[in-house]
Amino acid sequence: MVPPIPVRENDGAAVEPSTSAGASEIRKFLQSRGNSALADQTFKGLMMLCAFCIFVVVALIVVELILQSQPTLQKFGLPFFFKYNVDPVTKMPLFWDPVNGTFYALPFLYGTLVTSLIALAIAVPLSLGVAIFLTEMCPKFLRGPLAFLTELLAAIPSVVYGLWAVFVLVPLLREHVNPVFMSVFNAPWLVKAFGWTHLFGDDGLFGGVNLGLGMFAAGVVLAIMILPIIASLTREVMTAVPHSQREAALALGATRWETIRIAVLRNARIGIVGSIILGLGRALGETMAVAMVIGNTPQIQMSLLSTGNSMASVIANEFSEATSDLHRSALIEIGLALFLVTIIVNGLARLLVWAVTRGAPARVN
Amino acid sequence: MRTATDHAATALAILATILVVAPLIAIFFYLVYKGASSLNLAFFTQIPKPEGEVGGGMANAIIGSAVILAIASVIGIPIGIGGGIYLAEYGRGTKLANAVRFTADVLNGVPSIVMGIAAYALVVVPMHHFSAFAGGVALGIMMIPTVTRSTEEMLLMVPHAVREAALGLGVPSWRSVLAITLKTASPGVVTGCMLAFARVAGETAPLLFTALGNQFWSVSLNREIAALPLQIYIYAISPYDDQHRLAWAASLVLIVLIVLSVALVRYVAGRGVLKGAS
Amino acid sequence: MGVGIEVTNLNAWYGTNHTLQDINLPVPANHATALIGPSGCGKSTFVRCLNRMHETNPVARVTGSVRIGDQDIYADASPVEVRRRVGMVFQRPNPFPTMSIYDNVCSGLKLNGFRNRKMLDEVVERSLRQSALWDEVKDDLKKKSGASLSGGQQQRMCIARALAVDPEVLLMDEPASALDPVSTSKIEDLIFELKSQYTIVIVTHNMQQAARVAEKTGFFLNGRLVEFDSTHKIFTNPSDKRTEDYITGRFG
Repeated sequence: MVPPIPVRENDGAAVEPSTSAGASEIRKFLQSRGNSALADQTFKGLMMLCAFCIFVVVALIVVELILQSQPTLQKFGLPFFFKYNVDPVTKMPLFWDPVNGTFYALPFLYGTLVTSLIALAIAVPLSLGVAIFLTEMCPKFLRGPLAFLTELLAAIPSVVYGLWAVFVLVPLLREHVNPVFMSVFNAPWLVKAFGWTHLFGDDGLFGGVNLGLGMFAAGVVLAIMILPIIASLTREVMTAVPHSQREAALALGATRWETIRIAVLRNARIGIVGSIILGLGRALGETMAVAMVIGNTPQIQMSLLSTGNSMASVIANEFSEATSDLHRSALIEIGLALFLVTIIVNGLARLLVWAVTRGAPARVN
Repeated sequence: MRTATDHAATALAILATILVVAPLIAIFFYLVYKGASSLNLAFFTQIPKPEGEVGGGMANAIIGSAVILAIASVIGIPIGIGGGIYLAEYGRGTKLANAVRFTADVLNGVPSIVMGIAAYALVVVPMHHFSAFAGGVALGIMMIPTVTRSTEEMLLMVPHAVREAALGLGVPSWRSVLAITLKTASPGVVTGCMLAFARVAGETAPLLFTALGNQFWSVSLNREIAALPLQIYIYAISPYDDQHRLAWAASLVLIVLIVLSVALVRYVAGRGVLKGAS
Repeated sequence: MGVGIEVTNLNAWYGTNHTLQDINLPVPANHATALIGPSGCGKSTFVRCLNRMHETNPVARVTGSVRIGDQDIYADASPVEVRRRVGMVFQRPNPFPTMSIYDNVCSGLKLNGFRNRKMLDEVVERSLRQSALWDEVKDDLKKKSGASLSGGQQQRMCIARALAVDPEVLLMDEPASALDPVSTSKIEDLIFELKSQYTIVIVTHNMQQAARVAEKTGFFLNGRLVEFDSTHKIFTNPSDKRTEDYITGRFG
């Protein structure tokens, strides 16, 4: 049977009446307020408009870049990016000569590619090490300050890095670092044995004049600038690897390094590749610091010590001085190419990072 | 063997961290040291001296940066916050919102020099001259994606229960979004805007052929104008020592701005946007 | 004074999940009506249909009619208008974290554009007295944040907030489930006193609570209203076997 539950009867407790004049006035007021559907729709529409602005901005950028680069697009077409003229006197290739109207962008593609590759070669191993240290080994009290430092360095303006590079990094490379590389790469026995690879000796990677300025210096500044980005993103994807994966490896008797390699790196590898590509995207478009140390010469040389120019830096250096329409249009076309490349690179990287961090717990700062 | 590998890997990771952290700290303190020893009152009160002369300051560049950043904020912050509100409050889970989010990330990754060209084509070409306004447009556009994404993130941290409380009272949704959700998240939204502001404050490339720079005093929106990062660039590649000194000092000003905003963001994020919310 | 509610053929869905099926139920004016049933039976969804909160979820859908007083809330009014007449207290206290106690209580009026300062003061005092919180907070109404109160106090403040707009109906969705026993008993006393002035619908998973505060009780199971009768009848002599099984603790 049903157990008896005491049912309390209303004992008519004294409560002050609410049907005062004030109360009914409130009801009347609220009833007079209408349903505000129009205001709600207007507000929602406005917010949507703001969101649409982002599409509009990207569309405008694309349209304007294409429109403004019409002169060179029509005159040179696709060969703009890979052809060159030959100087009738010196028989040297001639890429870029605003005075005589020669505009081929190959040296800038080369400069961007080489400086970015140098940057990745330096930054990737270091930032992987940092990320592993931060996620797997770092004592707790260090984590906060290190994360703060990373964020800070990622936010320092490019032009400040450039300033530092001009006055500190370039002399340092010229006096202390480059001579070491030069003596290694230009060692007579290496030149003799591997000279055919064109990596060693006077026409090798570290041949020619040591100015300090040049592709190598630009690559090193870029490395410093993209390090914090790659390190913090890699840390994020590594943190997203579930703890159970680690425990599984540890339970099998794996050492700490084996656990990191098997459980963490293998599970996070897509995301790590994504963060490296994101760093690459940043390096490709980085302008000021590169423009200040790369030396600004439209040439292609094997030596990393030679001066060069990247896609971004040539725009920064020449745009405001470009007097002919063709020159300006050529620079804008380089900008268009840079835009498309960074969009592809960044889009790819985002997809890869998303693939890993999606479903991971929210990031804790 | 396995323990040896383990030790070696650990050592390598620590070594990498030291190799990275030590120089980075060194760079940072070098910048602070050089800047601090170069700052003086004239830096804030005088305009540049003619080429080669000693002394002078960057008063015009400080004001110029302020003017450009004000224009940028007027463009970037309202649109950015609006976009963030759309993503968090109206577009949740829709395809359109995902497209907006992706486009914002793409826009965030567009090199700043390309933004400069775009602003040149959009503003300078039709107006036929360089101007502070063009520089502000370039930087304002760059602020939009950052502000949008951080606003969205902060709004999403407001508990659903708070929104329901407002709706349950019969508050119109626009009012509830502004007076309840946005207000609750406002510390986070404000710091997000500050961070976006600090980031574009140091941008040089987009100003090279929009604001152009100016050695003289000008606050007109319609004329070329000086800006701190532009001035750093010009002075860094100049042959005069005293101009180098001014460049270091200007760098310090930018760095202080950035340190402050990054610290503020961390403080707010660490404390939780919603102290006391259930 | 409260008004009665007449629910006819109410059906509700979450996506493809048919959470309420053909509910017919008359809620008497100026009484407390309790809704009981195992979790997931649809009782919460049901109260959320009474002030059109159910449809705030984009995948939710409702058919049927709900008359509050002489208004069909799905046919003749907008959600905003309905929610101004029908107050709601949620499972967990949800104060506005940025507002003082005072602002929390009068938020429903202020956010709807009510500006009369003197009357706001009166309303805040009246609502806080009704929710038995006045004596505890009257000294720092504008100084303390609503979120700084204890859980039980927060919930009573949320009740005051709902009462401040002078609703005709008060919906309570397990208002004491997140509270300690002392706070729970305070809330129950409150409901007992308020029901002479408002029509109260209270969802609860606690059968003793239903028995203590409500004159009428409805038993929900799997999205259907199994039985609706006087509380006394439900708890002493239910006519449906499933109701009897539930209240004697054989399941749920």
